[in-house]
Amino acid sequence: MLTFTLRRLLLAIPTLFVISLVIFLLVDLAPGSPMSEIPLTVPPDVRRKMIEALGADQPVFVRYVLWLRQFFWVEPATLFDGWFGTNWAGGEQRILSWQSRAPVFTIIGQRIPQTLTVIGTAYLVGILIALPIGIYSAYRQYSLFDQLGTLFAMIGFSVPTFFSGTLIIIIFAVTLGWFPTKYDTNLHVTDWASFVKQLQQMAMPVMTLGLANAAVISRYMRSSMLDNMGMDYVRTARAKGMSERVVVLKHVLRNSMIPVVTVIALGIPSIFGGAIITENLFGVNGIGAALIGAIHASDLPMVQTLAFIFAVLIVSFNLIADVLYGLLDPRIRYD
Amino acid sequence: MKLKTALLGAACALSFAPAAFADRGTDGEVKFTFPQAVSIMNPFLSSGTKDVYAASLVLEPLAGFDADGVIIPKLVTEIPTLENGGISADLTSITWKLLPDLKWSDGSPVTADDAVFTAAYCMDPAGGCAQLSKFDGVAKVEAVDASTVKVTFTGPKPNPYTAFVGALSPILQKAQFAACQGAAAPTCTDPNNMPIGTGPFKVTGFTVNDTVTLAMNENYRDPAKPAFASAVIKGGGDAEGSARAVMETGEFDYAWNTQIPPDSQASMTAAGKGEFVVAFGTLVERIEMNMTDPDPALPEGERATAKHPHPILSDIKVRTALSKAIDRQILSDVGYGAGGKPTCNVVPAPDAWASDNTGCIAQDMEGAKKLLDEAGWVPGADGIREKDGKKLHILYQSTVNPIRQDFQALVKDWWTELGVDVELKAIDPSVFFGGDAGSPDTFQKFYADVEMYANNSDGTDPETYLSQYQCVNAPSPENQWQGENMNRYCDPAYDAKVKVLTTTVDVAERQKIAKELNDMVTKDSMTVIPLVHRGTLSAHSNTLGGVKINAWDSEMWNVADWFRVK
Amino acid sequence: MTEVITAIEKPESALRAIWHQFRTHKGAVFGLIVLSLLIIAVVIGPYLWHPEKLTVVEALKSKNKGPSLRFPLGTDQLGRDMLQRMIAAGKVSLAVGFVAMMIAIIFGTLIGVLAGYYRRLDGPLMRLTDMFLALPLVPLLLVIMMLFRDRTASILGPELGAFTLIVFAIGITSWMQAARIVRGEVLALKEREYVLAARSIGSASRRIITRHILPNVVSPVMVAATLGIAEAIITESVLSFLGLGFPPDFPTWGRLLFDGLSYMQVYPERVIWPGLAISLTVLSVNYIGDGLRDALDPRIRGR
Repeated sequence: MLTFTLRRLLLAIPTLFVISLVIFLLVDLAPGSPMSEIPLTVPPDVRRKMIEALGADQPVFVRYVLWLRQFFWVEPATLFDGWFGTNWAGGEQRILSWQSRAPVFTIIGQRIPQTLTVIGTAYLVGILIALPIGIYSAYRQYSLFDQLGTLFAMIGFSVPTFFSGTLIIIIFAVTLGWFPTKYDTNLHVTDWASFVKQLQQMAMPVMTLGLANAAVISRYMRSSMLDNMGMDYVRTARAKGMSERVVVLKHVLRNSMIPVVTVIALGIPSIFGGAIITENLFGVNGIGAALIGAIHASDLPMVQTLAFIFAVLIVSFNLIADVLYGLLDPRIRYD
Repeated sequence: MKLKTALLGAACALSFAPAAFADRGTDGEVKFTFPQAVSIMNPFLSSGTKDVYAASLVLEPLAGFDADGVIIPKLVTEIPTLENGGISADLTSITWKLLPDLKWSDGSPVTADDAVFTAAYCMDPAGGCAQLSKFDGVAKVEAVDASTVKVTFTGPKPNPYTAFVGALSPILQKAQFAACQGAAAPTCTDPNNMPIGTGPFKVTGFTVNDTVTLAMNENYRDPAKPAFASAVIKGGGDAEGSARAVMETGEFDYAWNTQIPPDSQASMTAAGKGEFVVAFGTLVERIEMNMTDPDPALPEGERATAKHPHPILSDIKVRTALSKAIDRQILSDVGYGAGGKPTCNVVPAPDAWASDNTGCIAQDMEGAKKLLDEAGWVPGADGIREKDGKKLHILYQSTVNPIRQDFQALVKDWWTELGVDVELKAIDPSVFFGGDAGSPDTFQKFYADVEMYANNSDGTDPETYLSQYQCVNAPSPENQWQGENMNRYCDPAYDAKVKVLTTTVDVAERQKIAKELNDMVTKDSMTVIPLVHRGTLSAHSNTLGGVKINAWDSEMWNVADWFRVK
Repeated sequence: MTEVITAIEKPESALRAIWHQFRTHKGAVFGLIVLSLLIIAVVIGPYLWHPEKLTVVEALKSKNKGPSLRFPLGTDQLGRDMLQRMIAAGKVSLAVGFVAMMIAIIFGTLIGVLAGYYRRLDGPLMRLTDMFLALPLVPLLLVIMMLFRDRTASILGPELGAFTLIVFAIGITSWMQAARIVRGEVLALKEREYVLAARSIGSASRRIITRHILPNVVSPVMVAATLGIAEAIITESVLSFLGLGFPPDFPTWGRLLFDGLSYMQVYPERVIWPGLAISLTVLSVNYIGDGLRDALDPRIRGR
């Protein structure tokens, strides 16, 4: 297992290089230009000068190599300098967003907290709701509970978040007036009152996303449990006189976790990726909103950096999922 | 009942107004929400409207425009004119006198050197300044003394109110930006995000594309203003969300750019928490006709260029018929409600510059059909008109936008009734307006027969705007598809008239020429068919007083006078 | 075990047995009926329901109307009949949903099985999956559309060209989840005793995969398929939103839902109809999937 993990880690490095190049070429090839948000009253020659000032007129490979250097040398060095007061970076230019001219990592730093709290909480809430529903629905297949759970899940994933989110706003913010519609990113939790405020402003985005997440995970949980409930080993366990609790929660659950673990592990990088529509709708302005904003503004350095970090997370969590498979089912071996 | 409450509210606003003005910083916080978040607070590096408006709370120009488009002094004692000697008799220079004792928000004095520096900053060839055109024709900017700025032009300048006038061209503090000139401009993150200004507020916190927090400027020139101690600008979401946060939940005081359907405007106003305000500038939603052939069968490099005139639209009768078949009043009502009015002009405002051309307002379907008959396009078996075996087929492109899609559907209905086969296409705005020469979908390439978008003139004088329709400005492969004459309209008489305009000084004469130019591209040639004169729609809370929406400068041009209605 | 194999070797009786089992599943029968009704409605609907053609002015007079005898589902902001638009939209949405889902599932299952079963292929295929997961969706779609739109349109005509490209774009951007899940299952399955037994008696890999592995990954694939349809219908609306989908006068359920959003507070039925149609489709596909899963499972069928 250890050698497997190490080998996979080593293999991840060339993989990530290839991915970064593909992303770079893809984003560069996509139509659109950093000038698309500039009003039409700005004449073409001024636009051209602005593009030159951004360095966006350089050949694509020059820009790619510059980005690699900035990402793997300048940025870590700057971070290191920030911690220890050294001067490794030597004042070299960091990765700057074309749209705002601010360092991309500063922007990411500003946005991580709300993305992690809101999207992360929503994911956690989703899992916590989904697992019991999935398990119990499978255990009591076709019971009223199962039917209701199915309905809930169907609504959860057939209704897009732009719709459920707007509906939630109209119910809870406009009609009832319980929660604010715009997330205040400057709110710092210092005491009980501000904590309550934080909970209030998180409530609606968490509800919107939690519903969608719970719907998906509960379906996989239920179907996987059902597959295992009919297995011979379950009958054997019951025949041995084990309690239902042990049979279901220990034997069946453990064997049913493989597809569920895949789904959950696949979902974790998407916490970082944020939820584009939900973030936009509630003004959470996390990473997802930054990514879509950068894509619309053709802000290549920003898109490239975010997409690459996202790729790193995906590769790592898929590795984690593979390791977990081995732990859940000792028969799975990789070497 | 609701009207009565609103009236009462207004009455309260009036009676309490003097009291509210009394002291600086006594009215708490004013909260703005923008559907697009603020990226940078330096208008010289981004001319996105959101960034310019946010910066206008902090940075000020020497002079600005009021709600009627009249130039007003901001940091100067008076507006220089020929009469008061501020503009030289030969129109080659303009001299501004700064207000005495003017201070930056950090307490240091504002001097003529700051203006000189600002000009050098923007005119630096490596800086990529977005407002470079404001300094067009500027030969040099010099400090005559500590409080006198003299701008000298390369030749006579009929309209010298460009540099340092309006929210697009404010004064930067030399001390703060000295190290940020030229290639270093984009790397100065802190100054770009938190510029020191002379405006009623100063930046206290900035998160990119999210929130700007501001506090009142203790050194503001009027000791009684601003009434608000702090301000916050929250960005992101959409027009609906912003409007809702002001009009229905009351979380925010002012929402900029709340372009929502007329029905929703009415229902949100009924909630009684705020009101929509609209300002008409020069923005016109129009259909542009392609004078060249966009046929995909033509080789790349010749497609949609002057080499191949458009097989259908080259005929003015067809263009006129297409215009006559449209009912502009319906379009305006369906799409914009109070925020729009039908127009036949590309320069619809200010009144003194706008032609009296209203011939297109009344729909004339029969007249349109007759014109097509005359042009030789006769209905075929399937109702589609044809000529020489060729169907009358038109590809009509625009950007993705609910109102534009409604317009496309309505216009398609009318043109279908006319016997035209219409194919619709909607393109992502970032691609359409992006100008990427590699993409076939930009509005410059215009690989379609007609396209619809909105454009406007910058400021009150339309000279630059009208000169866009000159022959040389046609996008083509030679200029990497950059250029503003999307139609490839080319009339030597038009070019000659534009030349006359650039040298004419007398305002009345300029207005006459501008109207003639406007008529040449619209009613005389039907190259551009204007549809709706659009206003910008914003919303403010009933508790916010002093708002006077302005289409000629920043909407927050008088934010120092805003106050809380108590 | 032998029973199962003989059952598969006689497809007729197997199909009958599956159908027999399927019929006992109430939800599945309900789903099948609802889905059939939806399909029938969108296929023959245009022949049964053709409202009078109104001029723009007439239509605008009857805009934003609620349901009535004249307009059973009401009208939209331009006075267009919603029932007619829902029918036209359904044809496109159902077709896109099913075809795109099939592409994603077939491709995903193929990659997943190959990666899970053949250790040699596992690395490269999973890295490919990682790459597709990591690619930002919007630029990817923009590039696909930019590169291929004109070409497919010139070969297949504008409408069929757009359809082909859209289902292809949705399919190619949504197979990864199915692939990862199937691979995970296959990794576990191939170490099971019966697979080992099959291998030890010298069965060919292809036979092991089709006979022993595939039937056992049906259930997660079914779930992925159900989710896939809903996702495809919604993704299509995102594509339209980006101007990459069908021409703007081509309604789809996703687009109707999206367009209705700005009118949700004033005219809630504008979002209810398309929302209901999408939910019903997903719900019925899900129940059919449930029924099929049970019917395909020999242990349940034997009961």
